[in-house]
Amino acid sequence: MLNLGLDILGLARFQFGMTTVFHFFFVPFSIGLAFVVAVMETMYAIKGDEDYKKMAQFWGKMFLYSFAVGVVTGIIQEFQFGMNWSEYSRFMGDIFGAPLAIEALAAFFLESTFIGMWMFTWGRFNKWVHTLFIWLVMFGSSLSALWILAANSFMQNPLGYIINQQTGHVQMVSFGKVIGNPQLWNEFPHVIFGAFVTAAFVIAGCCAWRLLKKDHVDFYRKSLNVALVIGLIFSLGSIATGDLQSRYLINNQPMKFAAMEGLYKNSTNKGEWAAVSGFNTKQHKTTWSVDVPYVLNLLSYHKTTGTVKGMNQINKDMHAKYDKKFGSDMNYYVPTKTLFWSFRIMSGAGALFALLAIVGLIFNRKRSQLIMKQRWFLYIMGLCLWLPFVVNTAGWFITEFGRYPWIVYGLLTIADAVSPNVSVASLLTTNIVYFAMFAIMGLIMIILCHRTLKAGPDAENTDGYSAGDTKELDPYSKGAFNHD
Amino acid sequence: MTSLQLVWFILIGVLFSGFFFLEGFDFGVGMLVKSFAKNSDERDVVIKTIGPHWDGNEVWLITAGGAMFASFPMWYATLFSGFYLILFLILAALIFRGVSFEFRANMKTDTWRSFWEWASTIGSFCAAFLFGMLFTAMIAGMPIDKNGDMTAHFGDYVNLFSLVGGVAVTVLSLVHGLNFIRLKTSGGLRDRALAWNKILYPVLFAGEVLFAVLLFFSTDFFAKKPMTTTAIVVALVIFTALAYWGVLGNHEWLSFVGSGLSLISVVVLIFDGLFPRVMIANNPANSLLIKNSSNSPYTLHLMTILTFSILPIVLIYFIWSYWVFYKRLASPKQSA
Repeated sequence: MLNLGLDILGLARFQFGMTTVFHFFFVPFSIGLAFVVAVMETMYAIKGDEDYKKMAQFWGKMFLYSFAVGVVTGIIQEFQFGMNWSEYSRFMGDIFGAPLAIEALAAFFLESTFIGMWMFTWGRFNKWVHTLFIWLVMFGSSLSALWILAANSFMQNPLGYIINQQTGHVQMVSFGKVIGNPQLWNEFPHVIFGAFVTAAFVIAGCCAWRLLKKDHVDFYRKSLNVALVIGLIFSLGSIATGDLQSRYLINNQPMKFAAMEGLYKNSTNKGEWAAVSGFNTKQHKTTWSVDVPYVLNLLSYHKTTGTVKGMNQINKDMHAKYDKKFGSDMNYYVPTKTLFWSFRIMSGAGALFALLAIVGLIFNRKRSQLIMKQRWFLYIMGLCLWLPFVVNTAGWFITEFGRYPWIVYGLLTIADAVSPNVSVASLLTTNIVYFAMFAIMGLIMIILCHRTLKAGPDAENTDGYSAGDTKELDPYSKGAFNHD
Repeated sequence: MTSLQLVWFILIGVLFSGFFFLEGFDFGVGMLVKSFAKNSDERDVVIKTIGPHWDGNEVWLITAGGAMFASFPMWYATLFSGFYLILFLILAALIFRGVSFEFRANMKTDTWRSFWEWASTIGSFCAAFLFGMLFTAMIAGMPIDKNGDMTAHFGDYVNLFSLVGGVAVTVLSLVHGLNFIRLKTSGGLRDRALAWNKILYPVLFAGEVLFAVLLFFSTDFFAKKPMTTTAIVVALVIFTALAYWGVLGNHEWLSFVGSGLSLISVVVLIFDGLFPRVMIANNPANSLLIKNSSNSPYTLHLMTILTFSILPIVLIYFIWSYWVFYKRLASPKQSA
């Protein structure tokens, strides 16, 4: 066989990373758009203002594209556990299968059924009933996030289990503890708020580009307002929940936290926080850094005093704790540079989003024309429509790279979880094909959204598919019921 | 084997039955986009018959996979890692056909519309064929080691039996799709679906008979369970005959229910033959059994409570969504 220095572990990890990142471009975008569209349609139902209906339908188109791609890439995610990680599936089946099955049963059926209803029944139901459909879609997709995060939280922080002495596999003893995992309740709000922020700033960015062209100014200004209000509330929410989550890590996954802050040595009581640093990851050293005093302690404990353990110390602690079971040649250092920079990108962007939303709302006040005059601002806003996708990826990089070398924290290593019977050739093929398919789908998504924007909110629904019942093929004509 | 393990074995069978009944016609409709529908307007109508439903139908597969993971993780791990390449091709097919409907609708040039129509057609053909092939190969027995790891080679899953199984499921889905189109459309498309089915049913009968013969030689089903296996095979043929009778006599509901029950019979046949195993190994000592492949009683108990409280609600709104779109779609005028 080809010898490119590739092994099944590396390829399986790459595939998981690639499929998850790609899938997670669309998941938060869909959840967020469902929420924004639901808000728009609700405003229509309350105020009876046709503009809001137009908004819901227009941005709803992007939601439908995103949803379709999200669904099909989600199936890869589910199958992948069995295909590439069969040892993991055997080890974790008792815990992991349950939330996954409930996700399908309670969430996927709900969203997929009601998205069909929402798409194809404009004008057929009372507007409140029709609005309820999109809320159910939004509720279903959030619920699905909850269940899959419950599964992920166990991997980060196993709770409510015992190890079966016969099989060596984990066994659930308390479903309440699996669901009540504090990791989950720190992670879930952050993910959902992040999804709302994603949709809000993609919409805001799209509006900004159209406003620069002075196209449908009233429509896009109104859309911008809805997006920015949602964007402001939930970017602040993301920052707050992000803070909760990172402080939870200090005791729970200290290695992840130390890497996020680039801390090799234990910190001093002065709490010097490295704004930027260089690392020598081989020698486990910080080579240079720009430090700000006290900030580390403020971030970690919300006070000026205290110390945080560094990675070198944590590595020793982990060897002391795990060597008996996993041997002394384990490497407990996580990819420091990735975590350090991902964290800075994520938190920096969070602050930027809040700022942009405030400035945007001020510029976009009803009687003010400021938004049209401050073209620099619209350019920034327009460029920032790509940022949420980078930020979401950065967030998952921290969460997932940060649990290295574990697939289930403290219980199973990534290396022991991979399917032993899958060949390098198979994995290489699937990686290449998935990559190509994702590239095509991603490109088409961008083209479709761009085209939808260019066509504008007044474009006739010419597609005959999403258009639902509006085409001349009238299903209610007399002959339609003729059963002969 | 505990009763909970049995419940879950049956439940997985029920979920796969639901999947084949529902996704069966929507695979069939997907296959028909290019050849059966003659022009763009007809294709709009054909796709629209499954437009609001295909997504929900596919959730039955996701649920079946999830339920398998939640109840028999050893089965899930062996099956999914063992049939790696087939499942990969199935995924590729499902992805292409899944996005094809939405993408096609938004393409501006005929070339690109045509590209996504082909994606739907080929994707649906491949998905149905590969599912048939996978399950046929599975019941023929596979090289599985003590740890439960399957190392099948090309010839293990691509052989006469599995090819016939693949074709049978494909044709069955195709006639099921045509029966569905007859229920959902009127005019030209409805008439054409009838004409197509008149030709396809004799082919299907031949396929089913060939499948039954190969089943005898390639599996231990007839040897181990002569009574039930024979009964289910006979039921399969009877349901198909009823559907054909429905086609000839123009009883549309009878045809549709008949083809649906035929697909379900295939699933029942497989699960009956598997019992009390879940994966059949060439070396019988390595076969995975219901009793030693499942999750702990705690998890099974939990999943049972949850499933039996959620599933009825799901079924209510799922069926309601079909009722909402019960009305027939008109065929475009020029073809009527």
